[in-house]
Amino acid sequence: MLDFHLDAATGQAPYLQLVQQVKQALRLGWLQPGDKLPTVHEVAASVAINPNTVLRAYRELEREGLAAGRPGQGTFIQRSLSQVSPSAYGTLRRRLERWMVAAREAGLDDDGIMDVVRATMRSASAEETA
Amino acid sequence: MSVEAVGVGRRYGRFWALRDLTLQLPAGSITAVVGPNGAGKTTLLNLLGGLLPPSEGELSVVGQRPGNDPGFLAKVGFVAQDCPLYNEFTAEDLLRFGRQLNPKWDDALARDRLDAANVPLRRRAGRLSGGQKAQVALALAVAKRPEMLVLDEPLASLDPLARREFLQSLMAIAASAEITVVMSSHLVGELARVCDHLVVISGGHVLIAGELDQVVDEHRWVTGPSADMATLPDAVDVVAESQHDRHSRKLVRSPGPLLNPALTVSPADLEDIVLAYLEHVPAREPAPAVVR
Repeated sequence: MLDFHLDAATGQAPYLQLVQQVKQALRLGWLQPGDKLPTVHEVAASVAINPNTVLRAYRELEREGLAAGRPGQGTFIQRSLSQVSPSAYGTLRRRLERWMVAAREAGLDDDGIMDVVRATMRSASAEETA
Repeated sequence: MSVEAVGVGRRYGRFWALRDLTLQLPAGSITAVVGPNGAGKTTLLNLLGGLLPPSEGELSVVGQRPGNDPGFLAKVGFVAQDCPLYNEFTAEDLLRFGRQLNPKWDDALARDRLDAANVPLRRRAGRLSGGQKAQVALALAVAKRPEMLVLDEPLASLDPLARREFLQSLMAIAASAEITVVMSSHLVGELARVCDHLVVISGGHVLIAGELDQVVDEHRWVTGPSADMATLPDAVDVVAESQHDRHSRKLVRSPGPLLNPALTVSPADLEDIVLAYLEHVPAREPAPAVVR
């Protein structure tokens, strides 16, 4: 079952944080179609968050077609956002980890690594469109 | 509406502890009443709980005029500051009294709550931790199945872990029953995630009252060259400003977006907004006399 959390430092509305956490879990394959989301009561009681905020997040997921409420049963995942299979995902992640080790050995810190990632992504997408 | 107040004020002798309170809180809402010490928070909560009559204005709570009659008191659960309990009695004793005094008493609900919060039922209240006492006071207030819960500074004397546990209990209650909650605090941060309505008071006056998301959406930081900043649209209220050599920065309240491209607009967080209002409080009239 998905563990929600709130991060006050992001400045993002709490309901959007819940939506983003579901989407991230869908992209990473942690959540699959048919999986049940925790009930509003469970989320409110565990995260200490307004139940209306949880309802709003679930309504947003329903509006986007990612989840659907079944009366009396709860809210269930309708469709996946993962773009690759779990094994392909694992392979990509291992390669990235190897690259990160190399980047650290070369002396890059977290900010430096993110700069390289962003810059590479920008130039790669520029080449694609060229 | 669970709460409707029009021009409500409360006076102690010549001193107005609360004045010009006009407020609407819908049924099922969870409201934070925020302000510094002595702002009038406790007076407001005592008015809502029927512990004090207003000196002026019209006040309706859960559809009736608050007062000391059994019909009203059954509908409103009140937890006073520091959760006073009779120290010699155990939670078990207190549940028994509650059962005898309240026709709609839900014993199973109270026991579930105390069980979930790991409160020992046979220990005398005087020997419970602050967090456990707060949980007992909350369970007793909820077990009479009120339409509204009024909590005066429920978190003030609790450590961070007990605060979290108290809010978890409160949100479990809010999720399982149609109940309106009004709670006060001198800090807004810890209540932001649990509340959907906000009332900020200071010096006996309401500075902000409204839906939390709307309050946050309507306020923003604007930074820009002083010349452009001097000519903001009429609909924009300036809450706070800091002037520098060539640029200035203002916290503004504006119902719509600001379209001047010379200005940099960024979202304001709730704590910034509340503090900005509290720093610019109108002077209190007349001078504070003896309170309470």
